[in-house]
Amino acid sequence: MPKLIKDKALANDYWTWLKEATDPAILKIIPGKNLIVPLKLWRFDQEELLDYPGDISIWVNSHENIEYIGNRIHELPLIGLNFPVFSDGRPYSKARQLRDDFGYKGEIRAIGDVLRDQISYMSLCGFDAFSPRYDQDIESCLGAFQDFTTAYQASVDQPTPLFRRR
Amino acid sequence: MYKYDNYDQQMLAERVSQFRGQTDRFLEGSLAESEFLPLRLQNGLYVQRLAPMLRVAIPYGMLSSRQLRKLAYIARHFDKGYGHFSTRQNIQFNWPHLKEVPDILAQLAEVEMHAIQTSGNCIRNTTTDQFAGVAPDELEDSRPYCEIIRQWSTFHPEFAYLPRKFKIAVCGTAIDQAATQVHDIGVYLIRNDNGVIGFRILAGGGLGRTPIIGKVIFDFVEKKHLLTTLEAILRVYNREGRRDNKYKARIKILVKETGLEEFKSKVMSEWEKIKDSVIELTNEEIHRCKSFFTDPPYAELSENEPSLKKALQKDLLFAAWNARNVHQHKKTGYSVVTVSLKETGVAPGDVSDKQLEFFADLADQYSFGEVRISHQQNLILADVKQQDLYDVWKSLKSHALHAGNRGLLTDIICCPGGDFCALANAKSIPIAESIQRKFDAPEELTKIGDLSVNISGCMNACGHHHVGNIGILGVDKKGAEFYQISLGGSSKNEASLGKIIGPSFAQDEIPDVIAKIVDVYQQAKSKNEKFLDTYQRIGIEPFKEKVYAKAD
Repeated sequence: MPKLIKDKALANDYWTWLKEATDPAILKIIPGKNLIVPLKLWRFDQEELLDYPGDISIWVNSHENIEYIGNRIHELPLIGLNFPVFSDGRPYSKARQLRDDFGYKGEIRAIGDVLRDQISYMSLCGFDAFSPRYDQDIESCLGAFQDFTTAYQASVDQPTPLFRRR
Repeated sequence: MYKYDNYDQQMLAERVSQFRGQTDRFLEGSLAESEFLPLRLQNGLYVQRLAPMLRVAIPYGMLSSRQLRKLAYIARHFDKGYGHFSTRQNIQFNWPHLKEVPDILAQLAEVEMHAIQTSGNCIRNTTTDQFAGVAPDELEDSRPYCEIIRQWSTFHPEFAYLPRKFKIAVCGTAIDQAATQVHDIGVYLIRNDNGVIGFRILAGGGLGRTPIIGKVIFDFVEKKHLLTTLEAILRVYNREGRRDNKYKARIKILVKETGLEEFKSKVMSEWEKIKDSVIELTNEEIHRCKSFFTDPPYAELSENEPSLKKALQKDLLFAAWNARNVHQHKKTGYSVVTVSLKETGVAPGDVSDKQLEFFADLADQYSFGEVRISHQQNLILADVKQQDLYDVWKSLKSHALHAGNRGLLTDIICCPGGDFCALANAKSIPIAESIQRKFDAPEELTKIGDLSVNISGCMNACGHHHVGNIGILGVDKKGAEFYQISLGGSSKNEASLGKIIGPSFAQDEIPDVIAKIVDVYQQAKSKNEKFLDTYQRIGIEPFKEKVYAKAD
């Protein structure tokens, strides 16, 4: 079973990331998985997804608009936010938007170019699951949570900014 | 001055050990160069033409004598004995070894200093007026708000990977010394019609390839909204700023391409969501930060100090310096002193380890142990008793730091240029020197009066050439270094961008070209008219004619 980091610990990954799916026909080829499908597929091919034998969640690319998820956001057990490259900062704002604006309580998973040295900031923005890039040492990625014991800003773990706690 | 508490100190220590770990992993080969790059940049470390360069933050320009002595120590032990004050209230060391950088950062942390976010695509060191807190025309001291912004922006987890760098300036004085309108965000302390002091917030200003003056986003907001408005602007920028082309990635391009009204409405809709949230600033926090910037224990002195009068009459050199480099202080009997770091033959903004220690001693003896650094790359003693001015000047003179050229043509703002910087198209330091040598007569300089000359070695514009009365930009012409001249720029309240005069010049032509420009001004100006006013009155043509006239 592949591993990921969930709630700051190693965990088994029960999900399969469907990176590309332009045609729902692909669902027939891989039946019985729990799939993280592209936002587009989820938006436009609902019926095929309803018939799929397995759980469905979505992932959003960094250039895609989070508002496209729409009203059914709270039905989703997981939303993946993709980092096409680790230096693309948009998913940080998306995670904040999901937590703060939409009140999303499900898993927010960092996928794509996810590296040890960005995990700490991701976590503060609301990511609670990380699927590090294949070449990262996942055990040492756990060290990222120890980098800082506090922050100036409010975060999901500490909803009050430091200036209100001094 | 702000004093770190346990939180500040601990986060800084954690940052140093984080970077030590990252540097170790890079050196042992388990962290790729491209992945180490933004990490080292956000810890101030560039790789330059000759060696790495470490840029250390001087938050809003304030330095204590203890910090000055530490900088001297670092210059001596890790560099070749000098540092360079930049145009953004930073100090740069040009020769550190990569493996020693974590040790330098640990040394800095001992005196509450750091190199955090002095580079990279993140929120940079917040800058302000070098006269904050002592200027007579000040509405309110800007430094507490700078400190609030510093803490909010430090390690901001959402804004560490912006499309491009992001610079914020705050101004609390009537005369803008902070070039506020050419920052990504400019914050002005203002009083509204009801007498309430709050902020006017501009966004989308900047220099570089596409110089633009910032646009008003919030005409007036109460103080409690400072962080929420900044956060709203940053969030829109982080989400929508261009990432496909680094030359179009600054917020100024987003504002321009989106259209001001549309951009504003996006910011407003973000702001609505967060304006009453926990990041709304509290009165307690404003008071806490203000408590670090109270007046030092000033003596009650009288005006017209007789010993000063006598010295001014007796020593004309001192009097000339006093007229240029000494400014009015809000407290009777005190003055603000600008120490010019523009002595001819020294790269503008360069200081040696010994000079840093000398400044520390001066600060301890005459100015409550503190100095400031200005974006004009000079050093300020903010609280000098008028009865001490002559002694301060004699002290400066004994160290050859008594140039009385503050604001004059030789007080040149200049980037490190092609001598050091990997980005530069052309050298800039030798250009500054050649101009200083051309204008070496103090009487002549005084006659010319206030005139800013700004030099950048490339269009990234670190020398702020767009906002110099005379701007000089190094360009590459088929592999040779040439210089383009622009006229009419200003970074003050009436901020304006210079206009290019015509085809560029070779390096050795520059001093004569500047002399011709000055001649046109001198002949055309009416009594006491500033260069900018003359330029605006007569236009660029007379300058063009003179500069490009064929020799008979």
